[in-house]
Amino acid sequence: MSDLASLVVAGVLGVIGVVADGEAGAEIAPQRAQALEHMVRQDCGSCHGLSLSGGLGPDIRGRAIEGLETRALVEVILDGRPGTAMPAWRPLLTEEEALWIVDYLRAAGSE
Amino acid sequence: MIRVAALAGLLLNVPAPGVAVAETMRATGGLGVVVERASGSLVIVDRIAREAIGRVEGLGDLSHASVKFSPDERYAYVFGRDGGLTKVDLLEEAVVAREMQSGNAIGGAISDDGSLVAVANYEPGGVRVFDADTLEMRADIPTAAKVVGLVDMPGNRFVFSLWDAGEIWIADFSGGAEPQITVLADVGANPYDALITEDGRYYIAGLFGEDGLVLVDLWEEEPRARRILDGYGRGEEPLPVYKMPHLEGWAEAGGRFALPAVGRHEVLWLDSQSFEEAGRTKTHGQPVFAVARPDGRQVWVNFAPPGNDTIEVVDTVSGEVIETLVPGPGVLHMEFAPRGREVWMSVRDENRVEIYDTRSFEKLGEIAAESPSGIFFTARAHRMGL
Repeated sequence: MSDLASLVVAGVLGVIGVVADGEAGAEIAPQRAQALEHMVRQDCGSCHGLSLSGGLGPDIRGRAIEGLETRALVEVILDGRPGTAMPAWRPLLTEEEALWIVDYLRAAGSE
Repeated sequence: MIRVAALAGLLLNVPAPGVAVAETMRATGGLGVVVERASGSLVIVDRIAREAIGRVEGLGDLSHASVKFSPDERYAYVFGRDGGLTKVDLLEEAVVAREMQSGNAIGGAISDDGSLVAVANYEPGGVRVFDADTLEMRADIPTAAKVVGLVDMPGNRFVFSLWDAGEIWIADFSGGAEPQITVLADVGANPYDALITEDGRYYIAGLFGEDGLVLVDLWEEEPRARRILDGYGRGEEPLPVYKMPHLEGWAEAGGRFALPAVGRHEVLWLDSQSFEEAGRTKTHGQPVFAVARPDGRQVWVNFAPPGNDTIEVVDTVSGEVIETLVPGPGVLHMEFAPRGREVWMSVRDENRVEIYDTRSFEKLGEIAAESPSGIFFTARAHRMGL
């Protein structure tokens, strides 16, 4: 199975077990994964759009973030981007959960 | 005698079309729409009966959608996130015109004479203006920046702000289809939303990139931008903002305006004469909307995640929180009946709209809706800036 295909499958199951950018994927319980997906669509979506194709914030679908390293994306999610409207989500998310979100966004590339 | 005979004849023999029509006629003054953000549809509601009366589908991506009404309260103009502009007939419950006018949009406005509909675009940045009847494009105003805070102002004019350029523009259509543009440059970093006061005199934009707001007196011969509430954050590290606040829904409340602070869990009060700070109220979280009840006696506040299950009601006179409601996760929007008797609020994750009495805070009813966000009553048709 290609990495992309396994990401998609794992995304559907709510558990990511693939290796992205040489890092171990995030192990998240299915219920929490569902809550995270809801958060990405609704809360990230208030700036990036419900379909994640952009709004006040940029397009964050898989294709748009293809060239960006997972580590860098996890940092942006947890610590925000100073000087922009991207807030630090560290008070609400763990590292594992941020990693799960990056994997989720990568899999959302084909929409 | 002749008249009585004629009247009897009318009643007994002649079919009375007026009666038949009256039975099927519906007035629109008590109607409204609820945006179903995820399914791209509108629920048409009768706010007086407190019930849903219809549904219109096929409106595209309605996350962050907003609605304006034609002056006769028959048509709703729906501004979708995906750049879709749709004209919906509330009586026929049908789409009568639809234009994909950009790739990514944030809201719109209708001119005071009802002839022009303007849309604020993120991608490509600018404002496009359409004929309110046909939705044919009348003007294209490229800005090379994301447009926010688009409102109508008297005399077929529109005012808007540029998020990435820090400018306020006035587009004057009073002379016809070719607008006259006035640019106010360097107003401050990242205006995120704006409003116009009910009299059409003041345009106020909130800044995300700086602690402060910008005020423009539109009655001045040469309007200029003036900074107000400068440095209200007192140099403190701002708290994270998980949803951008909105400025729509301000009303003068006892000589003060209430507005959401940015990066602080506070409602700020602004003196409506001097535009100086006139107090603060500590709140449950980052306020998103601070909406005054139409009489101005209360301000209802909802919040960004993670506090978005809660509503606080602030008494205008004392500045105290007098009531806290917890309708459920995702309270996104509130809309008052025009005289303030009741308030409707969308509870996104519970898939319903809840209706509360604004004096007793008793729940009066519920309406089912799929992921509801914005609620808009037709009475907005007669208020500037709404």
